[in-house]
Amino acid sequence: MPKDHGIGASSKRREDVRFLTGRGRYTDDINLHGQTYVHFLRSDVAHGRLHKVDTSAAEAMPGVVRIFTGKDFEGVGGLPCGWQVTDRHGNPMQEPAHPVLAQGKVRHVGDPIAAVVAETAAQARNAAEAIVLDIEELPAVVDMKKALSADAPKVHDDLTSNLCYDWGFVEENKGAVDEAFARAAHVTTLELVNNRLSPNAMEPRVAVGDYNAGTDDSTLYTTSQNPHVIRLLMGAFVLGIPEHKLRVVAPDVGGGFGSKIFHYAEEAFCTFAAKQIRRPVKWTCSRSEAFITDAHGRDHVTKIELALDAENNFTALRTETYANMGAYLSTFAPSVPTWLHGTLMAGNYKTPLIYVNVKAVFTNTVPVDAYRGAGRPEATYQLERLVDKAARELGVDPVDLRRQNFVTQFPYATPVAVEYDTGDYHATMDKLLEMIDRDGFEARAAKSKADGKLRGLGINCYIEACGIAPSALVGQLGARAGLYESATVRVNATGGIVVMTGSHSHGQGHETSFAQVVADMIGVPEAQVEIVHGDTANTPMGMGTYGSRSIAVGGSAMVRATEKIINKAKKIAAHLLEASDSDIELKDGQFTVAGTDKSVAWGDVTLAAYVPHNYPLTELEPGLEETAFYDPNNFTYPAGAYACEVEIDPDTGKVRICSFAAADDFGNVINPMIVSGQVHGGLAQGIGQALLENVSYDENGQLLSASYMDYAMPRADDVPFYQVDHSCVTPCTHNPLGVKGCGEAGAIGSPPAVVNAVIDALHRGGMTHVAHIDMPLTPARVWSAMQG
Amino acid sequence: MTQVTMTVNGKAVSGTVEGRTLLAEFLREGLRMTGTHIGCDTSQCGACVVHVNGNAIKSCTALALDLDGASVVTIEGMANPDGSLSVIQQAFQDHHGLQCGFCTPGMVMSAAALLKENPKPTEAEVRAYLEGNICRCTGYHNIVKAIMAASGQDVSAIAAE
Repeated sequence: MPKDHGIGASSKRREDVRFLTGRGRYTDDINLHGQTYVHFLRSDVAHGRLHKVDTSAAEAMPGVVRIFTGKDFEGVGGLPCGWQVTDRHGNPMQEPAHPVLAQGKVRHVGDPIAAVVAETAAQARNAAEAIVLDIEELPAVVDMKKALSADAPKVHDDLTSNLCYDWGFVEENKGAVDEAFARAAHVTTLELVNNRLSPNAMEPRVAVGDYNAGTDDSTLYTTSQNPHVIRLLMGAFVLGIPEHKLRVVAPDVGGGFGSKIFHYAEEAFCTFAAKQIRRPVKWTCSRSEAFITDAHGRDHVTKIELALDAENNFTALRTETYANMGAYLSTFAPSVPTWLHGTLMAGNYKTPLIYVNVKAVFTNTVPVDAYRGAGRPEATYQLERLVDKAARELGVDPVDLRRQNFVTQFPYATPVAVEYDTGDYHATMDKLLEMIDRDGFEARAAKSKADGKLRGLGINCYIEACGIAPSALVGQLGARAGLYESATVRVNATGGIVVMTGSHSHGQGHETSFAQVVADMIGVPEAQVEIVHGDTANTPMGMGTYGSRSIAVGGSAMVRATEKIINKAKKIAAHLLEASDSDIELKDGQFTVAGTDKSVAWGDVTLAAYVPHNYPLTELEPGLEETAFYDPNNFTYPAGAYACEVEIDPDTGKVRICSFAAADDFGNVINPMIVSGQVHGGLAQGIGQALLENVSYDENGQLLSASYMDYAMPRADDVPFYQVDHSCVTPCTHNPLGVKGCGEAGAIGSPPAVVNAVIDALHRGGMTHVAHIDMPLTPARVWSAMQG
Repeated sequence: MTQVTMTVNGKAVSGTVEGRTLLAEFLREGLRMTGTHIGCDTSQCGACVVHVNGNAIKSCTALALDLDGASVVTIEGMANPDGSLSVIQQAFQDHHGLQCGFCTPGMVMSAAALLKENPKPTEAEVRAYLEGNICRCTGYHNIVKAIMAASGQDVSAIAAE
């Protein structure tokens, strides 16, 4: 019987009511008295020397309040990078300056040059057109390997080359890995591209800066996944505003998928300019502008090799990846191809020796940073494509080859520096096979053939690492931030509970699922618990939401704070019941002396805490409010098995997804409905990457896919109903809820399933020459591959 | 600037607009009705769908000036008169047909238009009708399911929550 409330129940989302009735409050819905509007004049060339920005004519245009250029920011800090990677020779990465407005050079189409602040948005746009630019266009570098050639133009003149870093992991293993390859009975090699994507949260970014001259306080309203991180980065590194004079509010946020983690120039600009002109400054990004300013994702070019012994055991893995950083280092960009990618290269397998090399490269393109999965989809895609290719070359069943090499003993220390605490990869594979009727595939394939279509089945595994931590470890790895999470639980006199979390919800449903946990722990109705997030003024310092960390890290902080509440409440109850607090039990909102019928209700205790007439004041402070900060001692490791069935029209190369099944182990699940929804969304993004989406630049650095007319977003008729299951549960061993995180799995596990299925269909159709097709598998690419 | 008058969710409203002011802008900026969202600038995403004289349109494709005298219904006008969620809105909540909520107003308005012209749409018909509405969060599964449920069809056989 499914639960109807608390942990494990599919409670309906309370946030839905405001969204369904048009009462959400997104950043663009915020309008401040006397606000002005800013329009950014952006570079339309990918690389150029900025000789002159003549704003004189524009300044005379109607409604113009002030025009800012790079000169106004000469004494202001640049946008900081939050992660420093050390290269394989022990040297720090090359880290270029990232000015708020371009100074001296422009380095990608979209680089902001000037900012026009005017009375209306239209006046700001009009005036921007009157700015006269003198830009000497320079040759651009777009292709990573060309960018590393000795005669390539340099994106940053003050760096030695376009190489950000050359990272080896684990460098000490390199020799042993090479030796294992020399001894291998079989080696499978694959070269592939992990295509560049644009995250495309449906809400474009918005920033509203405000300044109170009477108190010298600044406020920024922004579309962010982590308002405290923005406050710290912008306050400490860009504008020099101490945290107590800077408030950052991220209200309802319309999706993020990583793209709203980072600190962007427009946020710093609006906060800075509001103080300069003593009026609020609002910026609303257009979709066209989003394509050339929101950080992109993926964009890896990889060669991967697998060594096997004569019994088909994996003996070693070796990869070489070129990772595009774009023109500047976005906030967490350096960590994505390294610590979020190299550490996952063991996948679900007990490969004993692994060496990962990553060369991160500057190009004249939009900065690249974390996008749903961030490094882990890249690791999973190359590994699971490679294992499939190996099975084909060896003539063995791809599921059997995987099973043979699964990690089965936990905890398991991988050769890439992480320790999986728990998992059961056979269980999710068994569940998957049960879901997809694999035995019936041949009959379905025969039916497709009769219809003139080619049918294929792709199966793969994935492993994911969520809640990156502990802070002390990530600090050693180069993180310039802690990775704990926080929660304050405030119980009111009449028993209502407010949880102020450092996590941020932008679609994940925390207002519902977090309340389920606290309600369950105390035994009160969920409606009695309110979740507050998104405002640095009323939440404790937290790191926000990304990397599927909210329930595993933020939820754990909330549990710890609630435990403190319960401990104190038991002491109050013990006083009221004239018993020892060790004898007090809390169940269903009632405190009882164990083994008796003596009890007091939750509300009696909370009232006593705030009206302490009968209260142990000499031993206990009045009030009932507790804060906890939780720093995990390991990542969590969700894992699963995915399957996709496709049908290809051989006349056109068009791929149709017939079915998609996902069997995930997320550990314990708080709200199954929300978890399924998270998987659905991830699957659509993974299918989008595999079949449709691609950020495409021409050789001059012009973005060819800069609107929804050119960038193929998955639509309702591109995807099927999905089968998802999360009944395989190996609870996380090191957090109090036994949870692992579910936000990114769908996007991590699905691209290889789609591509494996297409290759399978082509092989079944006799086109055995097709070893691989790079994503997205558009009709043109598939059809061309079929022609040989 | 020109004065326009129209009926929005049953109430007479008026305001001054420029010739280039889009209906979406008039609703959001002129009337401060921010339920209608703008997610793109090429009339692709559908977050701005409203009903004008009974037809679903993308309000970013219509000039406010052209709609003098029109009757407009927005997401703010979709709940039951007593303020409770309408059948379609309730189905979206029951079946988790929304996550971040940004595309949701357009989805609900498109769903209402679909069910008006096709009271029992098949899965394929729902998916085809939503061609002009992009959602990045849900993978569409629960949106399609919610719309079919709102039409009175039994969706219990459709996988998962």
